[in-house]
Amino acid sequence: MAQEPISTQVLDRILERCGRDGSATIPILQAIQAEAGYVPVEAMKYVAAHTDIDATRLYGVATFYTQFRLKPVGRTMIRVCHGTACHVAGAERITAAVRDALGLADEDDTTSDQRFTVDEVACLGCCSLAPVIMVGETTHGKLTPDKVRKVIAGYRDTGAAAEESA
Amino acid sequence: MSTRISVGLATCGLACGAQAVYDELARLARETSAQARNGDEVTLRKVGCLGMCHREPLVEVERDGTRILYGEVSPEIAARIFEDHVLGGRPVAEHAIGLGTDEEPDTFFAPQTRIVLRNCGQLDPEDLTEARARGVYGAFERVLKGMDPEEVIDTVTRSGLRGRGGAGFPTGRKWRFCREAEGEPKYLVCNADEGDPGAFMDRSVLEGDPHSVIEGMLIAAYAIGATQGYVYVRAEYPLAIRHLRKALDDARAAGLLGADILGAGFAFDLAIKKGAGAFVCGEETALIASIEGRRGMPRLRPPFPAQSGLWGRPTNINNVETFAAVPWILARGAEAFAAIGTDKSKGTKVFALAGKVRRGGLVEVPMGMPLREVIEGIGGGVPRGEVKAVQMGGPSGGCIPASLMDTRVDYEEVTATGAIMGSGGMVVLDESACMVDIARFFLDFTQKESCGKCTFCRVGTKRMLEILTRITEGQGQPEDLDALEELSAATKRASLCGLGQTAPNPVLTTLRYFRDEYEEHIRDKRCPAGRCKALLTYTIDPEACVGCTACAKACPVGAISGEPKQAHVIDQVTCIRCGRCVDACRFDAVKVT
Repeated sequence: MAQEPISTQVLDRILERCGRDGSATIPILQAIQAEAGYVPVEAMKYVAAHTDIDATRLYGVATFYTQFRLKPVGRTMIRVCHGTACHVAGAERITAAVRDALGLADEDDTTSDQRFTVDEVACLGCCSLAPVIMVGETTHGKLTPDKVRKVIAGYRDTGAAAEESA
Repeated sequence: MSTRISVGLATCGLACGAQAVYDELARLARETSAQARNGDEVTLRKVGCLGMCHREPLVEVERDGTRILYGEVSPEIAARIFEDHVLGGRPVAEHAIGLGTDEEPDTFFAPQTRIVLRNCGQLDPEDLTEARARGVYGAFERVLKGMDPEEVIDTVTRSGLRGRGGAGFPTGRKWRFCREAEGEPKYLVCNADEGDPGAFMDRSVLEGDPHSVIEGMLIAAYAIGATQGYVYVRAEYPLAIRHLRKALDDARAAGLLGADILGAGFAFDLAIKKGAGAFVCGEETALIASIEGRRGMPRLRPPFPAQSGLWGRPTNINNVETFAAVPWILARGAEAFAAIGTDKSKGTKVFALAGKVRRGGLVEVPMGMPLREVIEGIGGGVPRGEVKAVQMGGPSGGCIPASLMDTRVDYEEVTATGAIMGSGGMVVLDESACMVDIARFFLDFTQKESCGKCTFCRVGTKRMLEILTRITEGQGQPEDLDALEELSAATKRASLCGLGQTAPNPVLTTLRYFRDEYEEHIRDKRCPAGRCKALLTYTIDPEACVGCTACAKACPVGAISGEPKQAHVIDQVTCIRCGRCVDACRFDAVKVT
């Protein structure tokens, strides 16, 4: 990759803000992901070299929690809720509709233009509006496959999906 | 004339377009004040969740001392409400939710008792002044000035409050353990890592009334002698985090947090810890590990967190709903709380009512209310057909069948059915739900969320999931049911924490109440609910098909053939049963059997 996913200056700033002891592990990883969209291995190595936190611990924590991703993702996350209420309301078909609308092949989760990544999540806590998806930080509820196509088209066409892949 | 307009802007409202409604009303309000029409004073405010999720977006207009709630408001309807009602004084009847009128009696709010949700939807969560005007922090001030910590613990103990996170441990006793434990400093943690799929009350309370949670924590900290607290909240709840952060800043600026609170020499501060997504962190020792920056894996107890918790210090952990109930108890007295509920379960419980129910939302009912009244009375029953079961307690809970709808909302009664009260997820299932699929769904969840420490939780759930998947694919064997029961018993016995100990509950309850459904899958290779894909057949009704080719275009595997304007046919060998043709067909011609 030509460009580093996250610069050492940014990493130094994160360490300054979050601290350098063990209890800062999760906040540091969250801050890195907020900046880079994922947690690059090089960033973990840099953190290990400049804090009291071992590389093994960073990697262990990063792989334990579902929030952390070790691979690059699209600029906008589309989270499809697969909680109980969404499951009984047909979340599988919503996922299929999202993937269709983005033109994703079965083995991919990120669009080729790096704009969108689809993720299946456990529960977004909007059960009364099932089935639900969350695009960036915006929740869309009471979906049908048809409505999903319109929602996705709205983001594609306007580019309004404020690039917020937290 | 002063008129107050409130728009519900919690996550559910926003998901339904409430922001556009608010923006429209804000524009109109600005124009009105510019014209200074009749000196009318119009205030517009953002409030949290009003509980009626099924009618979002919600707008409430308070004028001449009467309140009218409007449901399913669009920006256009909002403009009409503003013109006719806010300015003209004539309520827009066709969009009003006629609570308590002759035509539409209030069956949604009237049976509820709102203690935890007392302020949700009633105030602007980002406005400390408004919260204080409504009495928030009043109980804490009285506690700080006139009660000693023992009295506070005694009051909470006498109220009968039990932990609302799921296990139902008496809150007062828990506080006393921590108070009496040796070691300084002591820590207080609010568990807002609402991980149960199907539960969203903690999110709603934090979004709609964050100051009451802070007040509950202040009272607990004073009682226990804690000086530092943490709110451990899911990263998936950005709005809750934003409101909580604002509330903490405002409370700190007002001298309600920090050193020498309200000049009474009491010090306590709070920080937010964003959870990184691990269901097991609902377990106290795992949550502590996570705050300390480690993998969230539970450890053996004792020592309990009250003796040795965060960084080896005495730590008390309660759930959001528990903390939100505390100020009410201190303000109204232990007896008022204990007067509500049953013998062993006092007060109220908030439920996230969802699934196949007409009026879903956030409801708070007195303990002891029969499930039937919650689902059919408040929820209005299922939209079509009959209730088949109600799933309570998420992945740790179970499915209570329709025949047990007289079960009362009470820790012991719910546990007797094989489900648990849990954090309060209540998902109503109708005939379209396959109980084997539901069990498989939860096992898939717990199997992924198991931290891997205990063998039976790690491997047992995996084997159970394989068996359940096999059954839903028509490959089940008669001996599978015995194997499921055996694995369930072993996993319950040999797991360290609540995750493993309760993971088999969805399997055990569905086996207990819906065994015939399992047997049909195994014996007849048939899914009576028409849910299990591998057991379904998709065909096209030649009478209904107009040959529009929409289904053939939607089919990802090219299984559908036919000439335009001629009836199409699905090749059963190629079909992967994805259902896209059903969604694509506008003539209901694709049949699923």
